[in-house]
Amino acid sequence: MHSVIQRGNSILAYALSVLACLTFICFASTVFLNYVTDVKINTVKVVVKNVPDYSISREKNDLGFLTFDMQADLTPLFNWNVKQLFLYLTAEYETPSNELNQVVLWDKIILRGENAALDFKNMNTKYYFWDDGNGLKGNKNITLSLSWNIIPNSGLLPNIFARGSHSFKFPVEYTTSRM
Amino acid sequence: MDVATLFDDVKRMNKRQFLYQVLSFGMIVSSALMIWKGLMVVTGSESPIVVVLSGSMEPAFHRGDLLFLTNYPEEPVRVGEIVVFKVDGRDIPIVHRVLKLHEKKNGTVKFLTKGDNNSVDDRGLYAPGQLWLTKSDVVGRARGFLPYVGMVTILMNEYPKFKYAVLACLGLYVLVHRE
Repeated sequence: MHSVIQRGNSILAYALSVLACLTFICFASTVFLNYVTDVKINTVKVVVKNVPDYSISREKNDLGFLTFDMQADLTPLFNWNVKQLFLYLTAEYETPSNELNQVVLWDKIILRGENAALDFKNMNTKYYFWDDGNGLKGNKNITLSLSWNIIPNSGLLPNIFARGSHSFKFPVEYTTSRM
Repeated sequence: MDVATLFDDVKRMNKRQFLYQVLSFGMIVSSALMIWKGLMVVTGSESPIVVVLSGSMEPAFHRGDLLFLTNYPEEPVRVGEIVVFKVDGRDIPIVHRVLKLHEKKNGTVKFLTKGDNNSVDDRGLYAPGQLWLTKSDVVGRARGFLPYVGMVTILMNEYPKFKYAVLACLGLYVLVHRE
């Protein structure tokens, strides 16, 4: 004898286990894929200013401004287990006070189905390039690199560096004029 | 199976059988606890699985999605990672992405976070006067993602009566049901 509750229970249990199994297959089918591609980054205009960062204190900190070109075709990165790419452009550099500084200058969310062939010319940064002190003026080695965080339907959340980065130097003088 | 037959089962049990049922109930509770504590040891995080409670990381994470965390001390925090952190004066941990990071030679690191769906960084969410997060604020780094599963706990937290009903049903079932 099977009551309604027993039947419902077994249907639910079966449906859930099928769903769990499919989810695992979806995860396992993409877990070993390589998500690295090439990107071309170039800076167009680079200046540095020395202004107070009122969000921290009244002390003057170095504030970099730059515009950049970027070309990348990220279409091959998408598959059935990539819901979204989170792109971020990082500036990485060393200063006398800090061994490692990483500042995200720009980011972008690309959902599956959206255009993933990027070609930006003379883009402005999305976030301010504040240094933690005065380490930008005359800094000879700032590396810009693009990375992406893959958001799957279910699975791991890897952060991947693109092949191809760009290094530049900041001018040795502060810019005082308005831009 | 109606309630009368349920309790018939209990009546027909002798003392030893009833004790056996209580013990197996205890086994279930303690093995769940062991799994949780074991995960804490393996992942190094004080809360290895968290449920996303807000929409501040949309469209990557929605309310009710499940995140698996690790928190190995030897793995450095880097920009672009999704960290789960606690702020003094807030009970609920926050899941956001690292936007800026400064690391000194002696290894001390300070960083700023931002939610993908928020337009400003998290300084307004931190404790008054707190400008940066440090490693000690971090509960874990998001490594794995499973959608929707956490919806059950959100339901339970929002409707406590539902939680007690579910717990009571499960407890009764385990105690009363004969193998």
